[in-house]
Amino acid sequence: MINTEVGQTKININDLKLWYGELEALHGINLDIADKKITSFIGPSGCGKSTLLRCMNRMNDHISSCKIDGGILLDGQNIYDPNVDVVQLRSQVGMVFQKPNPFPKSIYENIAYAPRIHGIADKGADMDELVETSLRRASLWEEVKDKLHQPGTALSGGQQQRLCIARTIAVKPEVILMDEPCSALDPIASAKIEELMDELKDEYTIIIVTHSMQQAARVSDFTAFFYMGDLIEFGDTGTVFTQPQKQQTEDYITGRFG
Amino acid sequence: MSLHTMKRFDEELNELKELVLAMGSLVERAVGNAVKSMIEQDETLAEKTVERDKAINALEVQCDEMTRDILVRRQPAAGDLRFIMGIIKLITDLERMGDLAAGIAQGMLRAQEHPPRNFSNIDIMGEKVQKQVNRSLDAFSRGDTELALKVMKKDGSIDTLYKRMYRELLTYMMEDQRSIGSSIMLTNVAKNLERISDHATNIAEMVIYMERGHDVRHVDHKAAARLVKGDDE
Repeated sequence: MINTEVGQTKININDLKLWYGELEALHGINLDIADKKITSFIGPSGCGKSTLLRCMNRMNDHISSCKIDGGILLDGQNIYDPNVDVVQLRSQVGMVFQKPNPFPKSIYENIAYAPRIHGIADKGADMDELVETSLRRASLWEEVKDKLHQPGTALSGGQQQRLCIARTIAVKPEVILMDEPCSALDPIASAKIEELMDELKDEYTIIIVTHSMQQAARVSDFTAFFYMGDLIEFGDTGTVFTQPQKQQTEDYITGRFG
Repeated sequence: MSLHTMKRFDEELNELKELVLAMGSLVERAVGNAVKSMIEQDETLAEKTVERDKAINALEVQCDEMTRDILVRRQPAAGDLRFIMGIIKLITDLERMGDLAAGIAQGMLRAQEHPPRNFSNIDIMGEKVQKQVNRSLDAFSRGDTELALKVMKKDGSIDTLYKRMYRELLTYMMEDQRSIGSSIMLTNVAKNLERISDHATNIAEMVIYMERGHDVRHVDHKAAARLVKGDDE
């Protein structure tokens, strides 16, 4: 039984509006993300779910036409405050992408690179330990411990994705954002990622964007359904998938859409 | 509700519903025929009723296969999931109802040497129970929660009727020992009818779950009505 008791709020999204140029892509989203739970964002393509995800570690800053109104509070702090150090923010709020994208470096360096920059660990035994714990947390250690100095890109897709998760964990984040982390993986590799998410939620708040309704139903504690830039429904995953409150949600999850 | 993008899924759901309704109409007829065979002491009709129970059992298996296929291939969610869950429960009820009707017919066949001199209110009870079965299936067919609530409400009067008949038959047995055999048989018939009505009530409760998502299995009909009404406001 998945525990859906609403605990503390980690992220508080407040009337968030977002424009790409003239186009309003998010129309005032209000949503609380629970601490140390998995929240899934579902909805058809173009509904704004990835856009919202990318707001949470300010990945949209790179898009010059992108404008934002409203706020996102991480532990009560507005992440869009001018005083916020974006690099620091991104170490607190890590991200895993759709396609595994390890650095063109060794497995060891993939993990060690960011902690070195952030000054979390430097080199020698400290770094070795951090690399090992990160790989262990990502359930990859046993598979790679004898080839740490081989290139990360030589691993299989599923292993590369777990390497990316290990890389994210290495900088000791509080929140992990996952943008369709399994869509390029086979079912076995996907199952390993899902199992990993389940383990990680003891320590991290996880938000996952997924196109697989079954995946959202399997892994998440809470589900948010978006449509055309609006949050249509948010609730505990069990209720959303058995007794949705809104017709649009029902139509989408039963495959009656458009 | 609008149609699925996957048209075949809609067809499968419709086929399954048709099959359940076919099973339901066989059960409804079996209940009517069982009571009729008893009252009219019609041996041929009783035998037919027992024989036709096999068709009901076969439909149960067929419905199970279809629901299993839909579960594994379509992974239904929300309303579709509640529909499938409801069907799984509902066909078990229908199959039991068929068994209980066949049981009545078997009772007739066993007791035909010494048939009861008077059938008490078996005819009235039979009619009422048949109506319960018919209403519960109509409620399922149309997704009619009002009608389902009515079935739940009416079950109480069937229980009362059963208790009354039981007491009446008890007095016959005390008056005349020779009537004990046939009176016991008749109380069994009444018990079977009462249980058929219970199963019809289960179906009605499932209809409310399928349509609205409320589990009204262990609440009284008034509380169930409040839940259903709460949705409409």
